[in-house]
Amino acid sequence: MKIRPKIGVVSCSGECCGLGTLSRVATRLILEGVRPETVTLCLPLFLAGDSGEREFAQRFPTIPVDGCHRQCAKKAIEKYSGPTAADVDVEALLEEWGVEQPADRRVLGEADVELAERVAAEIAKRIDWVQGEQGA
Amino acid sequence: MTKKVLVIPCSGIGKPFGTIGRDATLRVVDELRPGKAETNCLSLLVMGDEEAAKQVKGSLCIAVDGCPMECARKNIEAAGGKVAVHMRVMDLLRENRGLRPREVTFLDEDGEKLSAILADRLAAKVDELLEDRR
Repeated sequence: MKIRPKIGVVSCSGECCGLGTLSRVATRLILEGVRPETVTLCLPLFLAGDSGEREFAQRFPTIPVDGCHRQCAKKAIEKYSGPTAADVDVEALLEEWGVEQPADRRVLGEADVELAERVAAEIAKRIDWVQGEQGA
Repeated sequence: MTKKVLVIPCSGIGKPFGTIGRDATLRVVDELRPGKAETNCLSLLVMGDEEAAKQVKGSLCIAVDGCPMECARKNIEAAGGKVAVHMRVMDLLRENRGLRPREVTFLDEDGEKLSAILADRLAAKVDELLEDRR
């Protein structure tokens, strides 16, 4: 029997725009159903120096989910815990798909939620890839 | 000093309280006090972005924390900002024991109610801070 490695997913805080909201919702969708065996790290707690969060990212494969190209979550993990296993740049995905970010950063409409589900599917692909690599 | 109040929530992702703080903040900056209050990414601030650092050092700040770890307050202070007002969702929850938010991704009815209460308080604090500075 193969043991699948535990994987952490970290969303950026992303208060400045709808991209951050998409990142956050997509990350939650992963935990709530797409890949429920995944765990999330709380980025503000990680940034504030919590040793448990930072140690997790050192010991287990971690995937940052960043709303924009500035990739704060990825940079934070690399700075405090080491290389990331894979990463997601939501802004880059939207550019690739040719779709606009949500107009409202607080309340997502139906089309925005569908977009978040699409982003979650991309996160799931990376989780599967990392699990395949680690389990190989 | 900038003319706007900077409201920064922790945006914690594990429990409903972080979502409530974030939701209330966005209500204030986008709906209740646009032009008077603004927000920025906590992670951008902590990761050393120059513009974000300048903004936090030159603004009256309100930290909005979901849980007792107080990450918003700690991170604002670590970035060189001064927290003028600190609001905690847990305190609000104690005052409204009948409300039991459970959902994190999309707030349920009780979460929405708490967010609305918090947003009103935050808006009042924004007004106070701007009035005091005159």
